[in-house]
Amino acid sequence: MIIAIVIILVVVGSVGFHLLSPWWWTPIASNWGYIDDTINLTFAITGAVFVAVLLFTAYCVIRFRAKKGHKAHYEPESAKLEIWLSVLTSIGVVAMLTPGLFVWYQFITVPDGADEFEVLGQQWLWSYRYPGKDGQLGKTDPRNVTADNPFGIDTADPAGQDDVLVQGEDLHLPLDRPVKFLLRSLDVLHDFYVPQFRAKMDMIPGMVTYFWITPTRTGTFDILCAELCGVGHHAMRGIVVIEEEGAYKKWLAEQPTFAQSLAKANAGARRVSNLSSDGSLR
Amino acid sequence: MADVTNRDIDYVAPAEVEEMELYHAHSWITKYVFCQDAKVIAIQYSLTAVAIGLVGLVLSWLMRLQLGFPEFFSFIDPEDYYQFITMHGMIMVVYLLTALFLGGFGNYFIPLMVGARDMVFPYVNMLSFWVYLIAVIVLVASFFVEGGPTGAGWTLYPPQTIMSGTPGSDGGIVLMLVSLALFIVGFTMGGLNYVVTVLQGRTRGMTLMRMPLTVWGIFIATVLALLAFPALFVGAVMMLFDKLLGTSFFMPAIVELGEQLSYGGGSPLLFQHLFWFFGHPEVYIVALPAFGIVSDLISVHARKNIFGYRMMVWALVAIGGLSFVVWAHHMYVSGMNPYFGFFFATTTLIIAVPTALKVYNWVLTLWRGNIHLTLPMLFALAFIVTFVNGGITGLFLGNVVVDVPLSDTMFVVAHFHMVMGVAPLLVIFGAIYHWYPKITGRMLNEGMGQFHFWVSFLGAYAIFFPLHYLGLMGVPRRYYEMGEISFIPDSVGTLNAFVTVMTLIVGFSQVVFLFNMVWSLFYGKKADPNPWKATTLEWQTPETPPGHGNFGKELPIVYRWAYDYSVPGAKDDFIPQNVPPSQVSGKKKAPARRRKRK
Repeated sequence: MIIAIVIILVVVGSVGFHLLSPWWWTPIASNWGYIDDTINLTFAITGAVFVAVLLFTAYCVIRFRAKKGHKAHYEPESAKLEIWLSVLTSIGVVAMLTPGLFVWYQFITVPDGADEFEVLGQQWLWSYRYPGKDGQLGKTDPRNVTADNPFGIDTADPAGQDDVLVQGEDLHLPLDRPVKFLLRSLDVLHDFYVPQFRAKMDMIPGMVTYFWITPTRTGTFDILCAELCGVGHHAMRGIVVIEEEGAYKKWLAEQPTFAQSLAKANAGARRVSNLSSDGSLR
Repeated sequence: MADVTNRDIDYVAPAEVEEMELYHAHSWITKYVFCQDAKVIAIQYSLTAVAIGLVGLVLSWLMRLQLGFPEFFSFIDPEDYYQFITMHGMIMVVYLLTALFLGGFGNYFIPLMVGARDMVFPYVNMLSFWVYLIAVIVLVASFFVEGGPTGAGWTLYPPQTIMSGTPGSDGGIVLMLVSLALFIVGFTMGGLNYVVTVLQGRTRGMTLMRMPLTVWGIFIATVLALLAFPALFVGAVMMLFDKLLGTSFFMPAIVELGEQLSYGGGSPLLFQHLFWFFGHPEVYIVALPAFGIVSDLISVHARKNIFGYRMMVWALVAIGGLSFVVWAHHMYVSGMNPYFGFFFATTTLIIAVPTALKVYNWVLTLWRGNIHLTLPMLFALAFIVTFVNGGITGLFLGNVVVDVPLSDTMFVVAHFHMVMGVAPLLVIFGAIYHWYPKITGRMLNEGMGQFHFWVSFLGAYAIFFPLHYLGLMGVPRRYYEMGEISFIPDSVGTLNAFVTVMTLIVGFSQVVFLFNMVWSLFYGKKADPNPWKATTLEWQTPETPPGHGNFGKELPIVYRWAYDYSVPGAKDDFIPQNVPPSQVSGKKKAPARRRKRK
């Protein structure tokens, strides 16, 4: 009997917690409102099932608990009821899956004309590379990586010379322009994760992965690593600044190109810091 | 085959099954140590699993101390923390739950419930335990090697698993992989036994469709394990080669902290596919025995046949089959070909249908039952609550695009703990309260049992329910400390501290439970041979605890399915499976006939 009341309280408490607790998703800053909608739809359907099944359980416990002289009803099965329940469940599943797959299709289909840039992950820091004036990122290979060429850009590829390199600085992106994140890792798995964007994707050494978003509000957001990448995993942080296009362009123009940073390194200035000292855990 | 009702079998030809030659122990050593009796092996398996499970429990306390009070416990370094979470996960999933359900419950109850004297290959069965024990010892040894155990996360994703930025990437990971390989070898020996015994060792009249769902659950889970574990075995061996011989199965060209490593050409994603090809069925290797056992607990203690027995069996088979085509739902954001998402999201959500049907049938078994709120029933009800909760959050994570913001957050941690941690453990507890009287001849103490139940159930729910919402907010998993993150308010720290305190309390109640098991062994109330008035064969043994060979001189003959509770016209509210129709007193208006519609 107490258990029935407790089950009812668990249901009421869970729904109450859902509606009243201060812990909810962060205000969205990208175009993926559809993902939030799909989550809400899933909450509604599964929440209804949760409440219905558990309240029915509690009712059964109260109504059919053992009493003297009482005997259970003998009924091995009911094909009708089982088919009916299967159909109902299938409808609920389809109602969640169908919108989910439509949104997934949008998620993996990058719109034409999206800007491209690259995020490079390594233990335990983020770096970024923009295509420069020619609009093309130069070819890379981890075998090319040296202290002066931390991205491993192919020096023979002319498209790489004007690539804009951002190291040890915040990432900047323009407002309201679709942007494709090309994700690359030099060492282990990482995952570029900004909760407000609702998107994330693993970065795998030897592969280029991607996702795309359109930032929808200006602001400064934390970048986290979401794939365990060693002892520094929790400290692998970055910041992304979403700003108006003008401010973004001005910032981008101040960043060095690959050719400039190489020249500086060759001149002995060694502005590009040594990876092994920079890469240690902060 | 599909006849579930108690159609009368008046005559079963004798001597259809040959008597089994049993090995009889001649000394204390062969009776209690190198023993070939499945019941002793079951207890050896269970005690070993519980012992290593306690290590897993303590590790969870340590990690929660760090998460709840990050400033306070200065002796916990990031290295330690990642080692704690890794070993906690691996121990609980493989060395506790898998070993306890299959090696423990499987060994004890398969022969008893199908009416066999023992497993069909007792010697191999004994070897199975000893290899498992060695696997556990190797695992424990990894705590004592230089660098400690691996801290790569229980998923052991390369490349980081064998690289220097990960704790335990020298001796620790090697011992981990060796231990897993040994575990799989040991399990395979036991698993073959369980499958062959179910298929070949059943007593006369025990058709497949008369078996208790406990046996069905363990049987299907064992088939899954036999097919799934080889993928992990291969992955472990290849990773050992990458680590020890410098091969590059999973290792592409890598620059580690500015230095070129000599690896090249391997694929980290390949390991993930291998791991989850094992890892997803593994969820059901733990869940299906729990499904089976809880079906029987509900039926016995509600004094009512399980509702829709045939549907329950086919749902187990369907879930088992589907579990092999959903693995990449663990990899939606892994960078694999994104078009896989359509396929794996669809298969994953389809699995929800047979799973939901099982839940409906448990609840419908309660409907118009005669529910005795015994401890096993309380645990079964708590299982329904936590399993429904954990199951529906699976619909979030299975639906590919919903998974994108939630994966790698605390939402995932909350989901899988609820669905494959808390829910199956509640079934294990319920099962122990249910069968302890048969195994030991004594009842467990009721007062300590009530304390254990309420603290475990409500405590575990209070731990894992709120964690979902932290994940929804974006709090990542596997973080040693949050540090400064702008979107995380201070209240998250308060909640984490609360969860940590609950973890300690729930952990303490497990100590009470263990104490109860030891105390009742000596001081518990003497148990009736069939205290719950159950129908299945293990309760009909001539001795309690069952002796060597289980069933005395002659094996029982089975005349009916396992669920003849509250049959109209019968004298008692249960008819054991081995009671012939002629002995069912009263006007037997064979309900089987009455309900003969199809």
